[in-house]
Amino acid sequence: MSAALHATLQDIGPVLALILFGFLPNEVWRLVGLMLVHGLDEKSQIIVWVRAVATAMLAGVLAQLILSTSGPLASIPVSVRIGASVLGFAAFLIGKRSVFAGVLTGEAAILLGTYFLGT
Amino acid sequence: MKNPMSVEPADPPAHVAFQVFLDGIVAAVRSVFFYVLIGNYVGMGALAHEVGFSFWWMALSTVLIWAAPAQVILVSTLSTAALFEVALAVTLSSVRFLPMVAAILPTMRRPGVRQRDLILPMHLTAISVWVEGMRLLPLMPVERRIAFYNGLGTGLMSGAVIGGAVGFVLAAKLPPLLSAALLFFTPMAILMSSARNSRTLLDGLAFALGLVVGPVVAAQKIGLDLMWTGLIAGTMAYGVHRLREARRKCVS
Amino acid sequence: MSAELHSYLILIVIGFLPSEVWRWLGIALGRGLDEQSEIILWVRGVATALIAGVIARIVLIPPGALAGVPLPVRLAALAGGFLGFLLIRRSAFAGVVIGEGLLVLGALVFS
Repeated sequence: MSAALHATLQDIGPVLALILFGFLPNEVWRLVGLMLVHGLDEKSQIIVWVRAVATAMLAGVLAQLILSTSGPLASIPVSVRIGASVLGFAAFLIGKRSVFAGVLTGEAAILLGTYFLGT
Repeated sequence: MKNPMSVEPADPPAHVAFQVFLDGIVAAVRSVFFYVLIGNYVGMGALAHEVGFSFWWMALSTVLIWAAPAQVILVSTLSTAALFEVALAVTLSSVRFLPMVAAILPTMRRPGVRQRDLILPMHLTAISVWVEGMRLLPLMPVERRIAFYNGLGTGLMSGAVIGGAVGFVLAAKLPPLLSAALLFFTPMAILMSSARNSRTLLDGLAFALGLVVGPVVAAQKIGLDLMWTGLIAGTMAYGVHRLREARRKCVS
Repeated sequence: MSAELHSYLILIVIGFLPSEVWRWLGIALGRGLDEQSEIILWVRGVATALIAGVIARIVLIPPGALAGVPLPVRLAALAGGFLGFLLIRRSAFAGVVIGEGLLVLGALVFS
């Protein structure tokens, strides 16, 4: 994870860096100014797009956390981590979108998985 | 079917809008900011070249970002700092766009203007464009303002892009001494414009403290040094400001 | 800051973005002018200090050809230019000209 966070210019290329880390953080303020003037419209296309991008980024970060090969999770086999995430999500859905059920199941799954299948 | 009694200003026809757009460009070229921008961006183009970015990258950065402090931050820190830190620094440096856009966009609005018509004026807003816009827009009927502002912004941005290109090429071709002088232009220009714009103790103090705290923090090698510099020096300056305000309230 | 702390920070920042920012904006707008302007002042202070840090970085760790100019010359040119600005009716033009002139002269004399 730290490798991803400390990603540098070489890793993602100058143009992508320009857009993600130059253009976006800069434009955000102009966009918010526009929102203020034109009204905070939750359904406006810009906000919809921003939410999509932010959600995608969040998903990416989660995927990296789950799949990372360093840090405390590294000693748990990848299959166990993925399996626990899937089970946790399934429990979330079954429990009528209960976050509590999902987290509990995921935690239990990872603990049991590590105990029985881990190194 | 338009109600003949309606006083709602109509959209100007396309050829008139284009004419007004051109008027905006002319106003840009006649503005003193045009030359200040070119000067600034010549220095920035040279900086981009020396740090190692490509010609088109520099041009693209001017068009996409259109903010000198953010671009200077990008050019001077992208290759050395973590991207996360760069993004935070850029975000902080551009806060002023929020009140600027919020102040000038309403002057262009009238019933019927769609949000997407305001997107270009929004993006073109930068200090020079904004200052000239605030000065010139009130002088014309509201239905012309968007086209004019777009012309103004496009004209000024074009000057900046050209300046950046010139600076970039010059840095490659000039002898080292002149090239060094060209590079030095950016810190000088930022120093002068920050000094000129600092009308309050807070601004001046924050800047001076930043100059001092910056190298000290960087020497600690803890990473995120730009952020810490901003937070430490900025909060110190703000603290002094609050103390003075409190003391003034006690006296009065 | 440790790597783990970094990851949680990113999670919080990116996780909040889609929804919270807009609500906070609404609340901030609803509050009185005083609180808002104090926050704005602080942010301005931080942003100004940050830019100053960037300048210090350029002068102290210069790229390319500027590195060939000795450090004392760079610092003196910066200070001299600023002094010129102050003395000559706060003219940015004068400041830049003086600073550049000092740099070129200093570089010629001292290297």
